[in-house]
Amino acid sequence: MTAVAERIDEPVGVADVERQAARERRRRGFLLALPAYAYLVFFFALPLVAVGVFSFATRNRFGGVDLAEWNLDSYRKLGEDIVFDILLRSFSLALLTTAICLVLAYPFAYFIATRSETVRNVMLVFVLIPFWTNFLVRNYAWRLLLGNDGPVSQVSQLLGLGEVRILFTPLAVVIGLVYSFLPFMILPLYAAIERIDWRLVEASRDLYATGRQSWTKVVFPLSMPGVIAGSILVFVPSLGAYVTPEILGGAKTTLLGSYIVSQFLTARNWPAGAALSMVLLTVMLMTTIIYFRSGGRNL
Amino acid sequence: MTAVGPSVEPRGLPRFAMRANAWLVYLFFYAPIFLLIVFSFSDDRLVGRWGGFTLRWYGEFANNSEVQQSLWVSVRVAVLSTLVAVVLGTLAALALVRFRFFGKKVFDALLYLPVIIPDVTMAVMMLLFFTRLFDVLDDTFGLQLAKGFGSIVVSHVAFNISFVSIVVRARLEGMNETLEEAAVDLYATPWQSFRYVTFPQILPGIAGGALLALTLSLDDVVISQFVAGPGSTTLPVFVFGLIRRGVTPMINAVSVVMLVASVTLVVLSLVAQRSRDAAGSDG
Repeated sequence: MTAVAERIDEPVGVADVERQAARERRRRGFLLALPAYAYLVFFFALPLVAVGVFSFATRNRFGGVDLAEWNLDSYRKLGEDIVFDILLRSFSLALLTTAICLVLAYPFAYFIATRSETVRNVMLVFVLIPFWTNFLVRNYAWRLLLGNDGPVSQVSQLLGLGEVRILFTPLAVVIGLVYSFLPFMILPLYAAIERIDWRLVEASRDLYATGRQSWTKVVFPLSMPGVIAGSILVFVPSLGAYVTPEILGGAKTTLLGSYIVSQFLTARNWPAGAALSMVLLTVMLMTTIIYFRSGGRNL
Repeated sequence: MTAVGPSVEPRGLPRFAMRANAWLVYLFFYAPIFLLIVFSFSDDRLVGRWGGFTLRWYGEFANNSEVQQSLWVSVRVAVLSTLVAVVLGTLAALALVRFRFFGKKVFDALLYLPVIIPDVTMAVMMLLFFTRLFDVLDDTFGLQLAKGFGSIVVSHVAFNISFVSIVVRARLEGMNETLEEAAVDLYATPWQSFRYVTFPQILPGIAGGALLALTLSLDDVVISQFVAGPGSTTLPVFVFGLIRRGVTPMINAVSVVMLVASVTLVVLSLVAQRSRDAAGSDG
């Protein structure tokens, strides 16, 4: 900002004036950021620390929490069979959801990215609409579809395939999760594929690569940032999902999110719930760090 | 964004599979929503069976005072948290794009966290925080604070700031800084250059961010459930409770109303972002 310096007529060294102007700008930037900064420190960072503190605390006999005695009991609980099963089930369902989303979304994103601009915009709008539609409603719709005597079951009976009993099984949960998070996979994949310089593909074809070869050697590697970003954006929320398994899953398929909630609202074992939340947080941080390390810029 | 040549399109079976997949994905997206709307007009006690046309469930919805009350709480929470988040988020975006300051990297990271943190973790955080905070405040000042409307709004602002700032930031980054410099060269004060140059240009971004914030606030179940108190249930929390107790056709009607509300917000946000230039469409 030389404009500021030029308006000052006092015979001060130019370096001094510029330094002062820079300091002034820095102060102004800090003041602009301050309200949001302070808000997030107080109402986000501090609560985050609180979870960490509680995860080391002890539950007292009345269901309350004793913060004075620090220990690792809640983390030892992670090794218990029930908790371990839940962790394992949650991880495998989240992985399965991510894989299905990837398989569905990749050709879809590729298809959109290779259309003309008008078609592309229309297609994208029709991806964004379900993406913005109320999350609870979208999951409820599947409850209705998969229910006993629901439309899915009716169709299969018409076709002579007999009754379908998917509701309250892990399959229903996976369907719900894919339905909820598929747009999170499509959008980053689309962004990555759309950026590809197609001349590279043409060059590979000129060098006698088959269609398959130019896909595996050129297109897919170039779309990798989208694959990673999409996978993280699907995997992390699937792992912590609560609403979907509660609505579509059964009592026998408790997942991490529901288990954490139950530790707070019914079992009243806050330290255990806090420790599990820390696990979720760690997974999220690790995947995010992997993403940024691998060259991704924004999620 | 080079021209897409013919070598890009697969041939034969893969080409067919790709097209079929695209149609299937759209069917997958829209069939459930469509059927939900259809069944909300069905005159049958079972939620997924057609029994002739009726508006009876909408009537029940309109006469249910609990639904009305929670709807009202939801609207107030959404509007209030959006207003606060828009102001704070826009200021944050301006600071991050246009200025360098002490602690900028930390601030940037702190802004990203609420976007990627799982709902359940954030819910736990807010529950523990408010419980502890209220305990301390009650002990020190002899107050009787309780979780409720206030704690829901505070929690929603905490995640909405991030989303607003990301949308506004994308807009600011796509904007030409020389216009602001020209204004300053013509002796505009910083306030004037913001008011007459920057603000009109980022307004679509702000509107888009605000609509996203409204949507997210109306979407939230887990966080609200954790920090709500008696009498401050939001509509999604109330409906979620109903669904868990057993589905009734009235839920179909309520869902369709929520659906219409969110689609209206999408359309508005698409219109708002329509005037964007080359700026990226992330988020």
